[in-house]
Amino acid sequence: MKLSPRIVPYLQVAPLTAVLLVFLGLPLAVVVAVSFFDYDDFAVRPAFILRNYLELFSSSLTYTLYLKTLTYAAIVWALTLAIGFTVAYFLAFHVRTFLWQMALFLLCTVPFWTSNVIRMISWIPFLGLNGIFNQTLMVLGVVDKPLEFLLFSDVAVVIAYVHLFTLFMIVPIFNSMARIDPAIIEAAVDAGANAWQVIREVVIPLSRSGIALGSIFVVTLVMGDFFVVKIMSGGQSASVVLAMSNEIALLQYPPAAASAVVLMLLVMLMVAAILRLVDVRKELSG
Amino acid sequence: MGISSHGGQANPPLTPLLERGERIHKFVLITNYSLLGGSLVQLRRGADRRPWTFYVLAAFFTLFVLFLYGPMCAIYLLSFQGPNGGLTFPMHGISLQWFAALFAQHRTGDFAGAFLRSILLAALVLGMTVVLSVMAGLAFRRRFVGATLVFYLAIASLIMPGLLVGLGIGLMCQLLGLQPAWYTSALGAQLTWTLPFGLLIMFAVLSRFNRFYEEAARDLGASAWQTFAHVVLPILLPGIIAVALFGFTLSYDEFARTLLTVGPSNTLPLEIWAMTTNITSPALYALGTLTTVVSFVVITAALTALAVIQRRRAQRRPHAAATR
Repeated sequence: MKLSPRIVPYLQVAPLTAVLLVFLGLPLAVVVAVSFFDYDDFAVRPAFILRNYLELFSSSLTYTLYLKTLTYAAIVWALTLAIGFTVAYFLAFHVRTFLWQMALFLLCTVPFWTSNVIRMISWIPFLGLNGIFNQTLMVLGVVDKPLEFLLFSDVAVVIAYVHLFTLFMIVPIFNSMARIDPAIIEAAVDAGANAWQVIREVVIPLSRSGIALGSIFVVTLVMGDFFVVKIMSGGQSASVVLAMSNEIALLQYPPAAASAVVLMLLVMLMVAAILRLVDVRKELSG
Repeated sequence: MGISSHGGQANPPLTPLLERGERIHKFVLITNYSLLGGSLVQLRRGADRRPWTFYVLAAFFTLFVLFLYGPMCAIYLLSFQGPNGGLTFPMHGISLQWFAALFAQHRTGDFAGAFLRSILLAALVLGMTVVLSVMAGLAFRRRFVGATLVFYLAIASLIMPGLLVGLGIGLMCQLLGLQPAWYTSALGAQLTWTLPFGLLIMFAVLSRFNRFYEEAARDLGASAWQTFAHVVLPILLPGIIAVALFGFTLSYDEFARTLLTVGPSNTLPLEIWAMTTNITSPALYALGTLTTVVSFVVITAALTALAVIQRRRAQRRPHAAATR
């Protein structure tokens, strides 16, 4: 059977598109529909009411949660960007041989392929009152008694986020930096720039799309997270998605769906804003 | 020092040899000069000696690697906690008791079943991700109607919070009257996470793929299927292994999307999550160590396969071994 070469791409892309439409497109449409449903303590009734959205926007809890989550996102973004950029810079420009570059890069990437939940809870014995960190500090004589704020606090949440998500910054930025033509840097040095000027005027602008891609990953992952906040804050903090998961556990689907729709729109807005600043499509298509 | 071209005194058979020697001599001189000149340039810039910033950045990198791997070591140590030990340090002796506790199915849950389900599901996701991503990646080499839409659909799938996707699929199953199960709805949910990764990797791999190999195969008379199976697929094999690795590990550790779509039987991350919400014994750490070991086995297998392929290619074409 000879297929016309014009039809072949459509046949090849059809299965993937079908899976994504059935398991992403349809469910999202269902979520939007359910967000307008009515509910009470016993059942969820199909309807078209705005009650869920009105309750969402008139509750001060919503704004507090969003402020908290956005604060986490901002802090984690700044930290992962600083750390990720430095590590990527080291790998791209200071490591000489390709073999070492790949080996060190793999070294950073391997933890990503293990369980996120386990990596997160590994901080609990580490930061605890009897944990390694406090014990080391006391042995070194830096503090007299263990630091309490390290665990089950905002600090622990941020540390866990940075631990889990820095890799998402390193990979795109390293990718961008590896594509910078060394001749450009040589030209800058020949023109008299010192190292800081080279970084500011040459490296950062040329790795913009990597930074944007990494930022998109980190921000969406923090905004959509619930298990890190739940465990590492010891129940003292909440996030938008954590509140949503509580509503789901109570089978209150319409308000959860409304919350989901609002979060979706906000995340899309943020991503669109980042994409407007930087064209990432070229970066992704190689 | 060259031999004059109208030096008719030289023996006729000798002249071509001497001329050739002169050419080779000049070639060697020029090559040496550029190598020497190159290294002269390097020495001038002092690039042979590492600048002080290298040591600062290397120290920072070492700290970062410690930061990445350090806390896990606490878990590995604590999983060998003694029978009377608690959840944190200090260690009260060393024992394998908590590993044994995992396999004794008392109140802590059904780990063997969950583990088996996780592995099977990850294998399914691996297979489907590889096939679908490779096909779609090949499709994107040409322009077709809706290419941008599919691309943005994949990106949207990547950035969508996992719990939202799980909520949507769970609700969809409820509305349609279907029962969620780990091999249907959870499979689909995990595919929404792995397929975008697979697609992006295929993009990266295919952008470096040289079409001329395909053309050469066609010129030699290969059919479309033969070209694909014997030329394209072997060249793409490292990328396909990468897609397989991502597919397996992302599925094996997947948690948020699976939470609401898995139906009555849990996968391993969900069992871990159930233990996490009420951490009462170091059995959780033992489980963490075990699941990490499984992950490392899979990662090592994939990386070894990649290394073997690279080495075989370098042996066959030594002059091309320097290319990335």
